[in-house]
Amino acid sequence: MTFAFWFFGVAAIVASFLCITRRSPVSSALWLITTLFNVAALFVLLDAHFLAAVQVLVYAGAIMVLFLFVIMLLNLGERDPGESPRWSPSRVVGFFAGLGLLAELLVLRHAVPPDAIRLPAGAVAAEMADRGAVQSLSMPLFQAYLVPFEITSLMLLAAIVGAVVLAKRRL
Amino acid sequence: MLLGPALAVSAILFALGAAGVLLRRNAIIIFMCIELMLNAVNLAFVALAQQLGVDGQVFVFFVMTVAAAEAAVGLAIVIAVFRHRETVDLENINLLRG
Repeated sequence: MTFAFWFFGVAAIVASFLCITRRSPVSSALWLITTLFNVAALFVLLDAHFLAAVQVLVYAGAIMVLFLFVIMLLNLGERDPGESPRWSPSRVVGFFAGLGLLAELLVLRHAVPPDAIRLPAGAVAAEMADRGAVQSLSMPLFQAYLVPFEITSLMLLAAIVGAVVLAKRRL
Repeated sequence: MLLGPALAVSAILFALGAAGVLLRRNAIIIFMCIELMLNAVNLAFVALAQQLGVDGQVFVFFVMTVAAAEAAVGLAIVIAVFRHRETVDLENINLLRG
């Protein structure tokens, strides 16, 4: 279990590092898909089976196809917009800002949720086994979180209209 | 429990995504780095949901929806900018720079 977790975790980190360092947008996108698959494997190990399936279908399937479609539509694969020289001042600042952010986030890793609200170990896994991976998510989604769910549908409608308005040549 | 390692992986992925946003100049790659950061947050949500109840996994749904909407609108903006300027290099898109 722990070995599998570190295997997929390290694979996700390596793939995301390659994603942000490749020059060609297409290979960058393909490495991001690799990262998303590895994160989906981590979701399985963390008892989120349905979310792992949704991650592969929606993220690695739909969203990344959209990205690759735009990259190829704009024909960005070969002609790389000249990246700046290897160590410009803004890059050094960006590098150290990333390191600082990483240090801050790794300190937060030691935060432990208070015992009062923490469930007993294996409670979520037991619920998943009892009610099924889909039902144990859909019940809170359609009961406690019904209003946010409906607002999400409005937001998706706004995104559809916005995308059409922005990308259309003439209305 | 895998909470600590999961949060560590999530932190590293988020920092890599943020570094990518700061270091790269291609608009589409910057969008992909934003997706990477959203995914790191999803991983933290799922890791904490293991101890704090399944509500965290419900929130991942909302994050994914926002990510999908953001990708659609953002890529439409990239297409619109490319139609005017023939480039997606953010160094050349500086009309609003003070």
